[in-house]
Amino acid sequence: MGVGVLLLLLLNIGLGSVYIPLSAIFQVILGDDSIREAWTYIILDYRIPKALAALMTGSGLAVAGLMMQTLFKNPLAGPFVLGISSGASLGVAFFILGGSALGLTALLSVHGWGTIIAASLGSFAVLSVVIAVASRVRDAMALLIIGLMFGSLTSAVVSILAYFSPAEELQRYMFWSFGSLGDISWSALGILWLCYVIGIGLAFSITKNLNSLLLGDHYAQTLGVSLQRSRFVILISTSILAGSLTAFVGPIAFVGLAVPHLIRQWFTASNHWTLLPACILGGALLMLLCDILAQLPGLPITLPINAITSLIGAPVVIWLLIRKKKLLF
Amino acid sequence: MRSTHSHSVLSTKNLAVGYGKAEKETVVSNINLNLQAGSFVTMVGINGSGKSTLLRTLAGLQEPLDGNIFLEGKPLENLDTETRSLKISVVLTGQVISKNLTVLELVSLGRQPYTNWLGKLTAEDKAEIQSAITATELENLKHKPCYALSDGQLQRALIARALAQNTEVILLDEPTTHLDLHHKASIFSLLKKIARQQQKTILCTTHDIELVLSLCDEMIVLHNNTTNQNTPEALIEQGIFENLFPGTNVHFDKASRRFLIR
Repeated sequence: MGVGVLLLLLLNIGLGSVYIPLSAIFQVILGDDSIREAWTYIILDYRIPKALAALMTGSGLAVAGLMMQTLFKNPLAGPFVLGISSGASLGVAFFILGGSALGLTALLSVHGWGTIIAASLGSFAVLSVVIAVASRVRDAMALLIIGLMFGSLTSAVVSILAYFSPAEELQRYMFWSFGSLGDISWSALGILWLCYVIGIGLAFSITKNLNSLLLGDHYAQTLGVSLQRSRFVILISTSILAGSLTAFVGPIAFVGLAVPHLIRQWFTASNHWTLLPACILGGALLMLLCDILAQLPGLPITLPINAITSLIGAPVVIWLLIRKKKLLF
Repeated sequence: MRSTHSHSVLSTKNLAVGYGKAEKETVVSNINLNLQAGSFVTMVGINGSGKSTLLRTLAGLQEPLDGNIFLEGKPLENLDTETRSLKISVVLTGQVISKNLTVLELVSLGRQPYTNWLGKLTAEDKAEIQSAITATELENLKHKPCYALSDGQLQRALIARALAQNTEVILLDEPTTHLDLHHKASIFSLLKKIARQQQKTILCTTHDIELVLSLCDEMIVLHNNTTNQNTPEALIEQGIFENLFPGTNVHFDKASRRFLIR
């Protein structure tokens, strides 16, 4: 799987609207500056950051999805389904569309921290509400309905904000919501990397507890798991991951939901010490693949990444349901 | 063999259980129990009498409304979750558990309180897991996923998980629901055997009163919001079972030790 990720990473960097020979790519990566300047620029400042962003997006969302499916004991949980991504969108909408009135946008947008903080706060808020409701209502359907409601709430609030916003900001928000892995600078990538490492690190720190949570809250407690602490760590980790990733690449559907299921099928494992690394690799693999497809190699246009993940992810979930009759977490 | 001077492992003093914080809704009160090491005790009572509530409270999953629970003489509330997990294990009903787990994985999770942060199983852990699997006769099923098990098999796997946790006290909430007579009897005999051989304190709620009358050491009867702990013989003598069920449909026949329907 690791090899697959490396191969796709190379393929991802190698393919694009401009044809660059593979040998030239290696030379650029190895620091040879005799290569055409335009090629060097394309590779170093566009394709590599984009490939790395794809890698982090895929694996980060997959890990967030895995943790949520275990925490909520619900095979349909995921950052997108439960409205966490909607929460992030709402945060960004407030930031881009509503922020100008407060003069915040100009102040914070320089380093990209503004969107990240807004998105993370948005996802944190939604996830907190979802967890609070989940501990009251012990019903799998209720959770999904809440996720749906948050989706509707977000679009409602966004349309209200849009009504009062200048066209230029609206356009900026719309472009963001299509999702894009490109246009990411090295400094933004650094911020994303930091959030990614913290999020994944937190996930690994509670892997043992995630295994206990497979038996449900009551059993987990009698196995020595502090429910509150575990929930809190999962809450923080998923909000940071889903928040920061959504902030930079826009809302990405299905990766967080589909990857953990594909991994469980493939490895027939339940142990999170297997699932977590496998989801990191599997998520990266899927996202790199989606990104390659999105650029339509050889053609000068690029499709919105969100459309591609949905095009691939939705049939996968349907296929899994038909084959297994029942999705298990 | 039962030790001649068995000591109290789990006891309660004027315990009251129920729900709510601000507005307390007491289900059972004035509970004074005393469970000994090596004894198999069953808890009976009609639906809604508070069996599960009391069991969950004893397991530390629910706050008592009043009174105290003592584990080996020490107040249960003073122990943190991790210490508790070394002393009390549970088998619960109606829990949503991951059915992707294999029997072996499920039983291995019982060792979580003993493993390091990586959850790595030592040779001792593996030995405990194996002996739990052997005791519950799950050897042939150990690589099967839980979704492929029958109700009885899953119940045995859950009991094996609790055994692997190797605690002094095992609390079970209706482990024989949905099982046929043969499997009910085999689970109760298994629990009795474990209590005897491993000197564990086993408390189990059940509706199969007739079945456990001859199997358990003591019974706790929940009736009219209070508890009555004694040996089955003493309870029969006291005529407790005659009044257990409301109305006149069911009555208890002392001679045959059976419930009859009029």
